[in-house]
Amino acid sequence: METSVTLANLEEHVDKRSPLVLGKETFASVTNIVAKPMEMKTPKAWWICFLIAFSGLGVLGASIAYLFWEGVGVWGLNNRVGWAWDITNFVFWVGIGHAGTLISAILFLFRQKWRTSINRAAEAMTIFAVICALVFPGIHVGRVWVAYWLFPIPNQMLMWPNFRSPLLWDVFAVSTYFTVSTLFWFVGLIPDIATFRDRSKGIRKFVYGIFALGWRGSQRHWLNYERAYLILAALSTPLVLSVHTIVSFDFATSQLPGWHATIFPPYFVAGAIFSGFAMVINLMILCRWVFKLEHLVTMRHFENMAKIILLTGSMVGYAYAMEFFIAWYSGNPYERFIFISRATGPYAWAYWTMVTCNVVIPQLFWSRKIRTNLWALFIISVFVNIGMWFERFVIIVTSLHRTFLPSSWAYFRPTIIDISTFIGSFGLFFTLFLLFVRFLPIVAISEVKTVMPEADPHGHDHGNKPATGGAH
Amino acid sequence: MSQKQNLYGVLAEFPTAAAVYQACEKVRDKGFKNWDAHTPFPVHGLEKAMGLKASKVPWIVLVMGLSGATGGMGLQWWINTQAYPLVISGKPFFSWQAFMPVTFELGVLLGSFGAVFGMLFINRLPMWYHSLFRSQRFEKVTDDKFFISIEAIDPKFDATATSKMLTELGATHVELVEQ
Repeated sequence: METSVTLANLEEHVDKRSPLVLGKETFASVTNIVAKPMEMKTPKAWWICFLIAFSGLGVLGASIAYLFWEGVGVWGLNNRVGWAWDITNFVFWVGIGHAGTLISAILFLFRQKWRTSINRAAEAMTIFAVICALVFPGIHVGRVWVAYWLFPIPNQMLMWPNFRSPLLWDVFAVSTYFTVSTLFWFVGLIPDIATFRDRSKGIRKFVYGIFALGWRGSQRHWLNYERAYLILAALSTPLVLSVHTIVSFDFATSQLPGWHATIFPPYFVAGAIFSGFAMVINLMILCRWVFKLEHLVTMRHFENMAKIILLTGSMVGYAYAMEFFIAWYSGNPYERFIFISRATGPYAWAYWTMVTCNVVIPQLFWSRKIRTNLWALFIISVFVNIGMWFERFVIIVTSLHRTFLPSSWAYFRPTIIDISTFIGSFGLFFTLFLLFVRFLPIVAISEVKTVMPEADPHGHDHGNKPATGGAH
Repeated sequence: MSQKQNLYGVLAEFPTAAAVYQACEKVRDKGFKNWDAHTPFPVHGLEKAMGLKASKVPWIVLVMGLSGATGGMGLQWWINTQAYPLVISGKPFFSWQAFMPVTFELGVLLGSFGAVFGMLFINRLPMWYHSLFRSQRFEKVTDDKFFISIEAIDPKFDATATSKMLTELGATHVELVEQ
């Protein structure tokens, strides 16, 4: 049960801002809270989780090795359905990877200061999700030893990629997104790694020291640093919107009924934010509980994220409805057929799972009681991600399995390798995330300090020693 | 004499953001040039209290971003009209509309490189050794303490007088730091 302290900042007041850091925390105690996971003896629970995740990574490695050895025939792909779980998983993971940059860039530009407690973990989640996403296009190309053909590298055949193809745009979009997210994350980490450097001894001090780059909190550095951070946020905002837009072009620019839709870019971006925030809620509830971050990651943070899920979930629901409307309104018989088949055909079970998880269940967030109940938040977020996986599956597979030529209709069934590769990608994700929570600051220490009242140089020294620097 | 040559400067510790802010205004007004404030987080408005000029990072980003976008469009122009002209869907060789996504992505990519590496370059980072790291108390700069350092090479610097001035400005601890 939540105590009164942890619920204290849900109310809005006319005359003062609700605090974002609760309890009687000082700068030093914030540092201590965040540094604790790195300094404590590795908990047993961490080892258990890590072993499970690492086994998952092993499953991924084995599945990929088998795939490389045998070829893509080990997947359930058939003549009709040439894209299935591989691309579903790719879009699923890229989508999850959108929340981190949304939190760090867009909320930063909108001066949403509540982002400071969750942005670091969300950015880490983004990077790891994009790594998982990059695995799938990399391994589904068939002849993996020529996967470098994806890039415009001069070669002995004097061949170049087709720059008119959205699949190539995707290569540029996702790899740029990965690079820029990593840089953004690292820039944010520099002052906090310096904090860890100054608290550690021996080999840890040496390693953190290397990555801190000799940061010494200089105001002359902060000036350039803050400017660079703002610009990165401004560059990442259109970038994050472009990435899922371009992913949706993979489908929208084709001539296939069910894919050929102008609504795809905004619909995909809303869905990506939707699923990403659900994953952030899941991870932050666990981190907050394990590492006792109640005073930094407050109910207000969760409530705000729940509201974003409600908003984007409703946008996704609107897009589903609009797809059906356009299928009917267009008068195109193929388009109509594919949508009726989606809701009533062989994959109706997948379609209705998607609608239930993405449209119906998130509507519970209209209630504040549910928005501030951690169990409800956690369970609904899991449902959202199940629903979003099914959304991609429905779009990809239902559009492919019945096409213009009825003689080639087919039903896609995943093989054990499809399933093990997908489960293994969770192993990769959680292995990276667990290493992150053990060795790096999960909350942006220096940023959280700036939203505390004591950070304001013009008075307001609540609780802290008064300024000794003369009159105001 | 040799002692003075080995001196990096003086380091003063302040307990709060407000204290270091007010002290910075005074140090600025006394006309010091080679000095700096060190804080655990960016203190709002401290660059004005120190009299610092605006950052040059945006110019680097502008140049890098434009080169990325131009290079991206140029690459696609060269590949599609010079190196490997291929008719695709009966479209012109140079169909710039289709080349916009890659142009945009490369502009963002190089612009971000400009922001990050430009910032590090202007800040002269990485710099793994710095005289201030000799001070034990300076380890608190990444936690909850605020510092002002004035370098010995500043024309107005005088070990005794500058230390005294910083104490009068509210420093809770003042020490001399060697090179």
